[in-house]
Amino acid sequence: MKLSKPRTQPRYDRLYVILMPMLATLLALAIGAVLLALLDTNPIEAYAAMLEGAFGSKNALADTIVKATPLLLVGIGICISFRGGVLNIGGEGQLIVGAISATYVGLALPELSFGSLVPIALLAGFLGGAVWGGIPGILKAYFNVNEILSTIMMNAIAVQGMNYLLRGPMIDPVQLEAASRIPQTARLSRLYDLPRLIPTRLHLGAALAVVVAIVVYIFLWRTTIGYRIRAVGLNLFASRYAGINVRHYMVLALLLSGALAGLAGAVQVYGVHHRMFTDGSATGFTGSAGFNGIVVALFGQLHPLGAIPASFFFGALIVGANAMQRAMQIPSALITTLNGLLVVFVVSSEYFKRRLEKKRLMDIERIEELEKPAKMEAAA
Amino acid sequence: MITELLSVSVIAGILGSGIRLATPYLYAGIGETFGQKSGVLNLGLEGQMLLGAYAAFFVVFETGNLWLGLLAAVIVGAIMGLAMAFVSVTLHAEQGISGIGFYLFGLGLSDLLFQKTMGTVETVSGFRPLEIPFLSNIPFFGEVFFNHNIMVYSAYLLVPLAIFILKKTNFGLDVRAVGENPEAADSLGVSVKRVRYLTVTLGGILSGIAGASLSVALLNVFQQNLTSGMGFIAVALVYFGGWRPFGVMLGALLFSVVIAFQLWLQVLGSPIPSDIAVMLPYILTILVLVVAGQRVKPPSALTKPFERGD
Repeated sequence: MKLSKPRTQPRYDRLYVILMPMLATLLALAIGAVLLALLDTNPIEAYAAMLEGAFGSKNALADTIVKATPLLLVGIGICISFRGGVLNIGGEGQLIVGAISATYVGLALPELSFGSLVPIALLAGFLGGAVWGGIPGILKAYFNVNEILSTIMMNAIAVQGMNYLLRGPMIDPVQLEAASRIPQTARLSRLYDLPRLIPTRLHLGAALAVVVAIVVYIFLWRTTIGYRIRAVGLNLFASRYAGINVRHYMVLALLLSGALAGLAGAVQVYGVHHRMFTDGSATGFTGSAGFNGIVVALFGQLHPLGAIPASFFFGALIVGANAMQRAMQIPSALITTLNGLLVVFVVSSEYFKRRLEKKRLMDIERIEELEKPAKMEAAA
Repeated sequence: MITELLSVSVIAGILGSGIRLATPYLYAGIGETFGQKSGVLNLGLEGQMLLGAYAAFFVVFETGNLWLGLLAAVIVGAIMGLAMAFVSVTLHAEQGISGIGFYLFGLGLSDLLFQKTMGTVETVSGFRPLEIPFLSNIPFFGEVFFNHNIMVYSAYLLVPLAIFILKKTNFGLDVRAVGENPEAADSLGVSVKRVRYLTVTLGGILSGIAGASLSVALLNVFQQNLTSGMGFIAVALVYFGGWRPFGVMLGALLFSVVIAFQLWLQVLGSPIPSDIAVMLPYILTILVLVVAGQRVKPPSALTKPFERGD
């Protein structure tokens, strides 16, 4: 049978990968425009302020990349977990735990050199996130606990833990003395700041995130462990039948996913804030990177390399939204709203992809049918 | 401190507020039970609660009419439920993720509207406690059971009603069939789509009411992220309750009594820092999920979209 080689496949898929996210974005922005109009704001002016804020100058572009960095790291992690068939909604908590671990290391060892401390601190962030992702992984694999729910609970626990530490044991001694008690740690030694790449706020973390994306791509598609993670995600039962220890790979997928979110937290501390702080909520420190990383991963088609442009796009959205907020007095809650719509649109668009594939298969069948009588004649 | 804690009035206070605090979990959890029984996991109910809470609060703030506020929450909840149904039933979207999308949408939109229409935290006079004649005067029991507002009582009335619908009506039978074996239900002429649309919309309506119960009956305020994770906990309670309304109620009560206890500890000035105490309910939820995970199996078709074979 010459049924294989459906000739149209690559073109359809490549088109889909670019077209669907763009359509989803346009639709979300259109709904955003309606919302803006209802709020008595000129949508065109607002979106112009957004574009200007995200791309208008060298500094704006650098800020966009700085905002994209944690999104990319979290997003790569989400790619691993979703490919492994586990839904990690715990990026927020994992990022926070990673940031706290990394900050703790930097505060505890203030007298080292950049080269000896910062790698340890980033590793601490990585490990902190790994623990916070690993716990729901173990709960899922061995205790049958739904990972969506447990990771959401772990988020809440991490936020409370952060508030406790930053208001108590880890609070900046200066804040304690001044009695202002702003919940934040002392500033880390300036020696530990991640170096700037060009004279803007752009720091080494951005380059690190891109390297991580490439490494994870190789890991998922070119190593046995990565192959098994994806196999478990594609078909649990077949993987079990093939002798893969499914539970191990479930835990591993969530653990690695959490570890990269933790690394994102560490990079935020050493590259941007140089301390840890809280406003009582999760988003005060994370800026919702834990959730937005999910959107980035979906936009990048759950591919670590696809997450690179996706994260840049979302970084621009966030920086642009902040500029819009300053220029037009629009609450940044608008961006949370649009992000929500984007998630819904992107997951819904899978439906059209499947329909497209189904149509293609039917076309192939039809062609086969048409060719059949001709072949039979030829045979006769 | 121990003696203070054990006094009758404190215990009555903790139990009474525990019963009150269970209200939003009951509405949201029972709505979610219907959805999950039919095979749809609606994770967006936190967002639906927030929008319902805002809608009810805003209408009551503007008109002073509590019932109109409740109606607003019902309408908003129904629209959100329909949207979730369309995305998960018709478009077959991955439910865990689309739910998070709806959550972010509700979180952002309710905050946006709040900042644009009010800006500062205001209060309204919400539903007042209905003191049931004679019964509310009974010492201890009066305070624990018979001194709540109508939103609280109706939440508990919803439990036997939901049990009746699920067990004794044709609709309930359809819901269970569609959640356990959609192919079989379909071959018997039950429309899987219709049933799921109905349950998810019902879930949206009840989530809207759950939000309203917070903003115009229990707390009588609205602020950013008012529900702070209650919707997600309600989803967890459905697992804990083994997909039975009565089990959901037990879970909600256990949960809210723990919260009430923790609030009392703080009032009494316990040595446990409040940030740590607030963790308790979440840790409890995880433990509860561990226990539930060993006991019961979810509906077989949960999170699985249904497509008629040709």
